[in-house]
Amino acid sequence: MSEREVQERPLPRPTRISAPFWRGAAEGKLLLQRCRRCGLFIYYPRPFCPRCLAEELEWHEASGRGRVYTYTVVRRAATPAFAAMVPYVLAIVELEEGPRLVTNIVGCRPEEVRVEMPVRATFERLSDEVGLVLFRPDGMETDSADPEGQQ
Amino acid sequence: MDLRGRAAICGVGEVGPFREASDRTAVELMLEAGRLAMVDAGLEPAEVDGLLVAPLLVGAPVTLPSMLAEYLGLSPTYADIVDLGGATAAGMVWRAAAAVAAGAARAVLCLTGEAVDPESFYTRGVRWPGLPLPEFERPYGPMGANSGYAMIAMRHGYEYGTTDRQRAKVAVDQRQNACANPRALFYGRPITVDDVLESPVIVDPLHLLEIVMPCSGAIAFVVARPEVAREGLHPPVYLLGFGEKVTHSMPSHAPNLTTSAVAYTARRAFEMAGVEPQDIDLVSVYDCYTITVIVTLEDAGFCPKGRGGPFVEEHDLTYRGDFPVNTHGGQLSYGQPGLAGGASHVLEAVYQLRGEAGERQVRDCQLAFVQGNGGIMSEQVSLILGVEP
Repeated sequence: MSEREVQERPLPRPTRISAPFWRGAAEGKLLLQRCRRCGLFIYYPRPFCPRCLAEELEWHEASGRGRVYTYTVVRRAATPAFAAMVPYVLAIVELEEGPRLVTNIVGCRPEEVRVEMPVRATFERLSDEVGLVLFRPDGMETDSADPEGQQ
Repeated sequence: MDLRGRAAICGVGEVGPFREASDRTAVELMLEAGRLAMVDAGLEPAEVDGLLVAPLLVGAPVTLPSMLAEYLGLSPTYADIVDLGGATAAGMVWRAAAAVAAGAARAVLCLTGEAVDPESFYTRGVRWPGLPLPEFERPYGPMGANSGYAMIAMRHGYEYGTTDRQRAKVAVDQRQNACANPRALFYGRPITVDDVLESPVIVDPLHLLEIVMPCSGAIAFVVARPEVAREGLHPPVYLLGFGEKVTHSMPSHAPNLTTSAVAYTARRAFEMAGVEPQDIDLVSVYDCYTITVIVTLEDAGFCPKGRGGPFVEEHDLTYRGDFPVNTHGGQLSYGQPGLAGGASHVLEAVYQLRGEAGERQVRDCQLAFVQGNGGIMSEQVSLILGVEP
């Protein structure tokens, strides 16, 4: 993927609340918040716990392991920015810690993705402040650092 | 609040749907539908003292209710906007009924409509600073609602074995219904299961013919006190029960993607109405995609959970069938004129309960179940409508 196409993609715009998450991803870490009062793991970042309303949250580096809760293969680009990527896998991954997130599955062909497949986080660094959290099949080592390894 | 029999729909207006908006604006379409609904109710603007307005999907201004009230000649004692995505119209019905029951208004006009430019439908740049959807979902390339419902269908297939053919049957039967509705965009164009399966896969496992088509149009209705409705030009259509629940916005945050909040909203509506799923004569449920209908039928209790696929295969969903569903064609065949798409399910229930559905009239139609659904099965509103209070 060229730098120009990356730039055209709708990129996350970190806020005061979410900046540590996106910076963590740029550094190769999947950060979740955890409520110090009730123990809930929280994704996406918030200023307070949505279960007990406590403001005492701490950042916790997640294991990066999870399972594909469900997925689809996007065969028509939603916007021109994604035209060069089709077909690509859009998925909901359920993390070991509990939260689910929308992401892409990379590092394998779309036909190889399965519901409940184990996956592990991989990161696409876009700047010092922003990285995307992607997932690849767990246990399938590839020799490429390029998360779009199949292309 | 128990609203059973406390209000009735006594006027409806339908404009379009149109494949192209041409030079019509969404506001023009909504106002025309509003005029038609008041005429149909036999009410003049001075007699309509409530207004509920659906947000416009593109470039909506603030204070839309007062702008439209002024245009229509209304001075409402109750005015608001209802913002529940595809569940907006169904949400309007019970809100209007609640306002009427509370004495805030005697007759409430409800407006929905849209003029869609298909070219800009997915490409318009929406920025909502601080809201999670653009920040945590859009960078990964979701395809509007398409990819959300595709992920529901994928998981439903994994958990329950629901097949492409079963989902396709929904589109085929509803198309047969559309062939008895001259207003439907796909009137006169019947399809087969093979047509659906041979149409291109857009987002696995959903095919093109399982996906709703955005279009332009408007639908309005008047909800009034029973004594106002009974003096109208048509038999009143009473609200007998409702239920509403909002569980999430992004599909990643749904408590469960294959069991929706319909399980709650339908149970509540049936309890309020004092009827059971087997008493229903017409099922008029949101169908942005084929899978939406299957999940909704299961969660509303028309069949056991996970059996929606076999159920739609075993039953004839057409207006002449043993289990009529979306007799106007559903949005899949009628078209989806923005938030008026959800209103089409209310409108068809009114036509059927009044006995005005023409060629597609369901015989002896007394009770209808309506479901509004917004987002990725995020907002749910169930209604039970009937000819007796």
